[in-house]
Amino acid sequence: MVQFTLPKNSKITEGKVWPAAPGTKNAREFRVYRWSPDDGQNPRIDTYQVDLDDCGPMLLDALIWIKSKIDPTLTFRRSCREGVCGSCAMNIDGVNTLACTRTMKEVPSKTVNIYPLPHMPVVKDLVPDLTNFYAQYASIEPWLQTKTPEPIREWKQSHEDREKLDGLYECILCACCSTSCPSYWWNSDRYLGPAALLQANRWILDSRDESTGERLDNVEDPFRLYRCHTIMNCTKACPKGLNPAKAIAEIKMKLVERQV
Amino acid sequence: MASPKAPVARPLSPHLQIYRPTLTMTMSIVHRITGAALYFGTLLLAWWLIAAAAGPNAFATVQGFMDGIVGRLILFGYTWALLHHLLGGVRHLIWDTCYGFGPRERELLTLAGLIGSVGLTVLIWILGYLTLGGAR
Repeated sequence: MVQFTLPKNSKITEGKVWPAAPGTKNAREFRVYRWSPDDGQNPRIDTYQVDLDDCGPMLLDALIWIKSKIDPTLTFRRSCREGVCGSCAMNIDGVNTLACTRTMKEVPSKTVNIYPLPHMPVVKDLVPDLTNFYAQYASIEPWLQTKTPEPIREWKQSHEDREKLDGLYECILCACCSTSCPSYWWNSDRYLGPAALLQANRWILDSRDESTGERLDNVEDPFRLYRCHTIMNCTKACPKGLNPAKAIAEIKMKLVERQV
Repeated sequence: MASPKAPVARPLSPHLQIYRPTLTMTMSIVHRITGAALYFGTLLLAWWLIAAAAGPNAFATVQGFMDGIVGRLILFGYTWALLHHLLGGVRHLIWDTCYGFGPRERELLTLAGLIGSVGLTVLIWILGYLTLGGAR
């Protein structure tokens, strides 16, 4: 449901301000969203000064620097540090992205604002609860479905058919796209969102899959698919350079094509 | 045995408050707003038609209101809402054929809708004033 303002328990307050360590010459201000389930307080923004002379170039480096040098309670997900795992997806400078593949220089403003992925329940600090997001992914049944007898060796696919999956199979399910979408903000209980729909298209287009009709039936719904209004925040946010908005348009086109 | 903790009411992370507005997002919101505004525009049109059917006195009242500065401002806004929504519809039609999703095309299409709607509105009003002379 559309709710423009934050609920009472989610209103953000001003938090702790950590001064720069003495002797820091090259500091940059980071304002980071904090919330702990343990103290019964509202979310707050803590301010840190990161010593750029002592820190790596990426935004994830800055978060790790803060955690190891200033405040060990700062909580965030991270793993591969090279844009493959999708763990460190968060809202940086007003755009969803991966902290590991974005450099600090790419943020134009002097102060770097960091929030968790938008319109999600917060587990702690920058860690959102992705349960619903994963359930939506599961609902599109992301595995090969066949009806003909299994071949002796493998399910074959021509080079041309395999190329149709380019721009889709690279998705790492970081949730940057879905949580950038206003339509998903208001209707995530019924709208599948760009990530799950791009994945749906990946299986609809797979030449080896024999459940294409059922897959189209599954998404043909005023909410599951058609809450997409081509707002394009998804495509602009995708840290892998994919185009979920176009993938959704392709599904819509397939639905029209099978009727004519 | 430790008693299970009461479930925590998780806060909702900020969304509209912190997301950097994009052109396509803003124009999508404006498309929705102009769409809603067209309902009122249609009511206006219905009022005009009903008055025309009701008789000369009723019609004169509506014409008098529309001729005033407030009426003209409303009509000007209605013209823009109509054109903006129309061009937005054309843009969505193009997108529905899977064209115009590239980083340049999508911005150009959206910008064209904005500039086009403002330009056409002004053009229609200039033509209107030129042909009708501003007053009846």
